[in-house]
Amino acid sequence: MDEQYDVIVLGTGLTECVLSGLLSVEGKKVLHMDQNDYYGGASASLNLTQLFRKFRGEEKAPEALGRDRDWNVDLIPKFMMANGELVKILTHTNVTRYLEFKQISGSFVYRDGKVSKVPSTEKEALTSPLVGLFEKRRLKKFLEFIRNYKPEAPVESPDLDLPNVPMSQVYKYFGLEEGTQDFVGHALALYLNDDYLEQPAIQTHKRIMLYTTSMARYGKSPYIYPLYGLGELPQGFARLSAIHGGTYMLDKKIDEVVYDESGKFVGVRSGDETVHAKVVIGDPSYFTNKVKKVGRVIRAICLLRHPIPNTDDVDSVQIVIPQNQVKRKHDIYVACVSASHNVCASDYFLAIVSTIAETDNPQEEIRPGLELLGEIEEQFVYVSDMQTPVEDGTKDNVFISKTYDATSHFASVCDDVKDIYKRVTGEDLVLKQRPTQEEEQEAMANA
Amino acid sequence: MADVSDNTALSGSPSVPMKPVQVKLVLLGEAAVGKSSLVLRFVNNEFQENKEPTIGAAFLTQKTRVEDKIIKFEIWDTAGQERFHSLAPMYYRNAQAAIVVYDVTRAASLDKAKSWVKELQRQANPNIVIALAGNKVDLVSDEDDDLHPDELDGDEEANEDGDDMPITRQVPAEEARAYADESGLLFFETSAKLGHGVQEVFNEIARKIPIDQMLMPSRSGRAGMPGSNRIDLNNDGQGIGGRGGSCAC
Ligand SMILES: Nc1nc2c(ncn2[C@@H]2O[C@H](COP(=O)(O)OP(=O)(O)OP(=O)(O)O)[C@@H](O)[C@H]2O)c(=O)[nH]1
Ligand SMILES: [Mg+2]
Repeated sequence: MDEQYDVIVLGTGLTECVLSGLLSVEGKKVLHMDQNDYYGGASASLNLTQLFRKFRGEEKAPEALGRDRDWNVDLIPKFMMANGELVKILTHTNVTRYLEFKQISGSFVYRDGKVSKVPSTEKEALTSPLVGLFEKRRLKKFLEFIRNYKPEAPVESPDLDLPNVPMSQVYKYFGLEEGTQDFVGHALALYLNDDYLEQPAIQTHKRIMLYTTSMARYGKSPYIYPLYGLGELPQGFARLSAIHGGTYMLDKKIDEVVYDESGKFVGVRSGDETVHAKVVIGDPSYFTNKVKKVGRVIRAICLLRHPIPNTDDVDSVQIVIPQNQVKRKHDIYVACVSASHNVCASDYFLAIVSTIAETDNPQEEIRPGLELLGEIEEQFVYVSDMQTPVEDGTKDNVFISKTYDATSHFASVCDDVKDIYKRVTGEDLVLKQRPTQEEEQEAMANA
Repeated sequence: MADVSDNTALSGSPSVPMKPVQVKLVLLGEAAVGKSSLVLRFVNNEFQENKEPTIGAAFLTQKTRVEDKIIKFEIWDTAGQERFHSLAPMYYRNAQAAIVVYDVTRAASLDKAKSWVKELQRQANPNIVIALAGNKVDLVSDEDDDLHPDELDGDEEANEDGDDMPITRQVPAEEARAYADESGLLFFETSAKLGHGVQEVFNEIARKIPIDQMLMPSRSGRAGMPGSNRIDLNNDGQGIGGRGGSCAC
């Protein structure tokens, strides 16, 4: 193992695996290691044994839950936007060939103690029980405007000059009630708090468009989800890397990250072997002295024997509880998948309730989410620090990813990937379409 | 049992339903036992003497006809992740078939094969069809023309006794066959180099795959099956949910 690599990657979370895949495809010699004996790091999906080992120590999983192979329990709750950046990366690299996807069947929002479908089109706005009769017309007008807005075309009022007015002004123009603003900003634009109200409205426009175009793509919700759990995503990119020569070592103890006198990265020591590389990329857990804490997220992984009540008995759903509705500063999310996604034994449902912690008693903070679930069979609650690198890596050649945040989909993960890619290579990430399997095979046969 | 690599060759017989059934098949086994060589022989009917450890496509397809059905094998090769015990479970997830390969001249490679079989039986799809393939039989036989496993059984004593042979057989066929029988595996001895037994492995797997069960919409099929929520990211998907038209964004 005493070899020289271009890049050493520590941790097999999604961010690290996407980067490994992209860099290997470009011909970089990559060594990828993880201290865990499974893929995925903080974004893994665990089987029963791994799940109980992580949260319950010595306690074994109850026999009634069945076999290990039937369970792939996500640690972080995220869904993929059908039109989002991650889908673009997956299709361009052809990692899609290793995975299968399903729609998430419903997208719901909480208002005045009830959950209802999120209306995302003008037609739905007109029939939604979420808004009153007169508000329906206003919401329809607003959605119509959003859909038809073109940055280059003139607008009918200075209030609608989206790049230069705050979102609050646009809401005012259309006369949207506060409750409606809550669901537009939090269930369509998926903002976690209300800071966006005073930021340029164009950002909100972009986010609503992502939601509605994703929604239009497959129909039931804007979200899609990989069969066997989110942990398949890092594994898919790891395979891409391996196929292009990446070397993979799980269950590898990392004893020391080695630096030269000037503090620049030189290699990684495991036992009495040291491997060398020009740069290292890794998740925060490998660089505790080079990251800082920027907040905490609480997540409760819940095993249910029934669909979430009041969601039309769908097999999968996202519910957003906007902060205002429960007098908080951050939204609470509920994400639910089930046996039809091959993540748990038949007749089970897996729901994760999560939010950004605001108090010393975060368990109490997620209660409004837990109360939506009905009876809970098993619950695994954990609070984790959100960490971010202190420096950008240009000085020491150490490039550290951010902790997975509390957002509902993968936009921030993709931003982090692009950002690290640029810092490591000095160039913007440009996705090139990789040859398809048929093209590759053809080329092989003719070689 | 002709192997068919292009569609036109098949369209001649009108009574046959032409939609191929996709079968994910994975290869497992110790490094250098000949996994990639077996695939290359099956797919392209070629052999490379000093094949590099696998990098590259590691994902090939090939069609085979079984009775009135066409099976399209989607063949996954390991890409070297198993070298440091780091094969992703995704690899054998929902595979309908596996070929676990060992090298008849290396006893240790059979032990490794057995541990892969155990892993598959524990983690993979419970209905997976597993074939055990003892590869490189050309190295231990004088007889080049016909190496069907049944016939090999007969003459391998002679080979093993041949002290002057530079390479000797370390795994007797009966030993491996007995193990395969008791574990419910198909068993073949193969030579990717000479092409012996290779087609047979794939054909026998194709015959054993519970195709009718797979055609039931609830259980399987790849992305994009109507009626399920499955989607194909490489297709645009507009309108799959019957919605497309109502929002012109
Ligand atoms: N004599 C003989 N040599 C073979 C046979 N099959 C493969 N080889 C040789 O064995 C070596 C390894 O073959 P590969 O097909 O690369 O083996 P592999 O199992 O894919 O190896 P990894 O990808 O490294 O795990 C190559 O030099 C092949 O030419 C065979 O049937 N007979
Ligand atoms: Mg190989």
